[in-house]
Amino acid sequence: MKITTGGVCKAGTTLVNKTGGWRSFRPVFNYEKCKKCGLCEIVCPDMSVLPKEDGFFKYNYDYCKGCGICANECPADAIEMVLEEK
Amino acid sequence: MAVNLEDKSKMVVTEGSYAVAHAAKVCRPNVISAYPITPQTHIVENLSKFMADGEIPNCEYINVESEFSAISALVGASAAGARTYSATTSQGLELMHEVLFNAAGMRLPIVMTIANRAVSAPINIWNDQQDSISQRDTGWLQLYAEDLQESADMLPQLYKIAEDKEVLLPGMACMDGFILSHVYEPLVLLEQDLTDEFLPAYEPEYVLDPKNPMSFGAFAAPDTYEEFRYLQEQAMQNALPKIEAVAKEFGEIFGRFHGGLIDEYRTEDAEVIIMAMGSILGTIKDVVDEYRARGEKIGVLKVRAFRPFPKEQIRKAIKDAAVVAVLDKNISIGTNEGALFTETKACMYNARCDIPIIGYTIGHGGRDIRLETIAKIIEEAKEVASSGINTESQFVEVREELL
Amino acid sequence: MSKPTPKTYLSPGHRGCAGCCDALAAKFMLMGAGPDCIVVNPTGCLEVMTTPFPESAWEVPWIHSLFENGPAVASGIEAALKALGRKGNTKVIGVGGDGSTMDIGIRSLSGAFERGHDLTYVCIDNEAYMNTGVQRSSGTPFDASTTTSPAGKVSFGNPRPKKNMPAIMAAHGAPYVATTSIGYPRDMIRKVKKATETEGPTYIHAHAPCPTGWGFDGSKTIEMAKLAVQTCLWPMYEMEKGEITQVKKVKNPMPVEEYLKAQKRFKHLFTMEGGDEEIKKIQALADWNIEYFGLQ
Repeated sequence: MKITTGGVCKAGTTLVNKTGGWRSFRPVFNYEKCKKCGLCEIVCPDMSVLPKEDGFFKYNYDYCKGCGICANECPADAIEMVLEEK
Repeated sequence: MAVNLEDKSKMVVTEGSYAVAHAAKVCRPNVISAYPITPQTHIVENLSKFMADGEIPNCEYINVESEFSAISALVGASAAGARTYSATTSQGLELMHEVLFNAAGMRLPIVMTIANRAVSAPINIWNDQQDSISQRDTGWLQLYAEDLQESADMLPQLYKIAEDKEVLLPGMACMDGFILSHVYEPLVLLEQDLTDEFLPAYEPEYVLDPKNPMSFGAFAAPDTYEEFRYLQEQAMQNALPKIEAVAKEFGEIFGRFHGGLIDEYRTEDAEVIIMAMGSILGTIKDVVDEYRARGEKIGVLKVRAFRPFPKEQIRKAIKDAAVVAVLDKNISIGTNEGALFTETKACMYNARCDIPIIGYTIGHGGRDIRLETIAKIIEEAKEVASSGINTESQFVEVREELL
Repeated sequence: MSKPTPKTYLSPGHRGCAGCCDALAAKFMLMGAGPDCIVVNPTGCLEVMTTPFPESAWEVPWIHSLFENGPAVASGIEAALKALGRKGNTKVIGVGGDGSTMDIGIRSLSGAFERGHDLTYVCIDNEAYMNTGVQRSSGTPFDASTTTSPAGKVSFGNPRPKKNMPAIMAAHGAPYVATTSIGYPRDMIRKVKKATETEGPTYIHAHAPCPTGWGFDGSKTIEMAKLAVQTCLWPMYEMEKGEITQVKKVKNPMPVEEYLKAQKRFKHLFTMEGGDEEIKKIQALADWNIEYFGLQ
């Protein structure tokens, strides 16, 4: 890292900070129940729900903090918060 | 002589504020923000008249709702790539205090004219230099003008120094309120063609631009903050030679030279040297000329740059004198000393120079400075040269009958 | 299959709490604004959590100056773009918390709106100075317990109702003012888009429940925001040229208890003597909203 004049930072550089380590619980999709409504992608504060080619979604566990908003909001009850085993 | 008498045909008689506003216009600013405060008002009024007459292309003028917003708007504008200008004084400058550190830390080359005025309380609209001196830690360049011509000529010079890639610091062009802002003198209005030759367009490395998004103003934790401050200090040190070079280059192009970091007047063999900043120098030089006419070896050291502080130049200029008297139009309450005096003493100490240096705080709240007063100070200095320091620093001519 | 999710311009890796309301608010704001914008962000949770040098979560140009000058900095940027001929369709957006917008920065906001700059200001209202430890602001609701308006033996918490910012900004002649909530993402995205596309100074006041500050689990952020709307404590409406033009109706308003009992900051109302009288006062505030805004 070098000091930049005036402390200017490049865009999107927090990606180096993998907040996935914060988790106590991890969300897991049940694709049988999922209706592909996309609400989970919208409500994730950490931009860690990503759309897949087949219309379902997947988690970016590098950044997911396990807040559980997706599971709480899912209208199809298709997300389960599972204790993080490590 | 700051102005070449051959320029007489180019000279006009204008108010100091008009000359400064005209100079600001000629420097091609893109954003001007303005909040009124005596005695800077004529500067911002003249600028708004230029705007209303369409004389400043590619420029927006913002009537802000406070000085805090005046400088804050320029922070945003400068980060977006604009050359920026404002003017203030006294209470307005004090209100900007927080933002001054912010602008310097973000390394934005904003330029402001300060029409020096005393600070409240008691409220007082007349000239002294407490306002800008009280901001000496903010990381802003500070130059002090001696006369109207210099007040105007200082602006393109300050932009050139501030915008230099090795500096990138904001700067204050200080001129004594009323004494310089409201007085009429013959002068040459800053020439547009010469300024366009002297001052290139502002081209910052980083700007706020959706085409290349960057983030300005991140927070720095203890592991990096010190390095930011170190680089700011380095930038100030880089400004020392730039101030000299820019003044010299200005002299070559415009034919007017007002000094670089300092300017020496009859100091070559001086036994007594008087040091000061700003318009008081005119008065001091008149008194010194009288002394010289009588064969007495008195000289004047004009300090033009207060930040960065020109240690080497001051050391060299005064080391051979028998005594130095420093006049300050400001005081750091609690030390009984003005800032120029304190900093001059400090820079001489480690130079193993033990000539006596005495200080006077003078002109508080616009009190008139008479020739007799300067003469009295020179006499006291002469006394110190022979019998040593009696009073290290003092207020000048306190009106005992009021106490 | 519902509408595709708009793209946002905030990167993960930021230091927001799990379930952070500010992160959601910023995410939705950027969805509404699009990439051709410059964001001004005063000091606060959002600023601190997204920009620890040398990292930044912002994928659009962004600037943080001080706590109380966001709107002034935004004014300067708007003026610079005009002067330099770089305005194009670039939107200038200020986004700050309730503390910086409604309290310390209101002078600068008033000036910017009075001058009519073409910019949008979004207030993320999480109802306290969160970043410094949940202190009371003029956005803190009646009887909420904060660290500088705590409930105690002789206190029910904050004794004042929320300052009515939308009315204040509309009174400045803002062509578009709207309240929204992070509980209704598409509503917020729509309103931010409309605000940024409306010429002149426009204002969005977004309700943002903070799990850390209000005392509820991070998984319930969106749910709490919806409850605020469903109890009519947070009316959702649009104002154009000072007139209310659109209101989100609430068919069967829920009693305020449902909202209050779910947050630690109101817990004292259910345990202290006289608490139920206070709850009645809060219900009266909700009833006033129903009446005034025509929520039913």
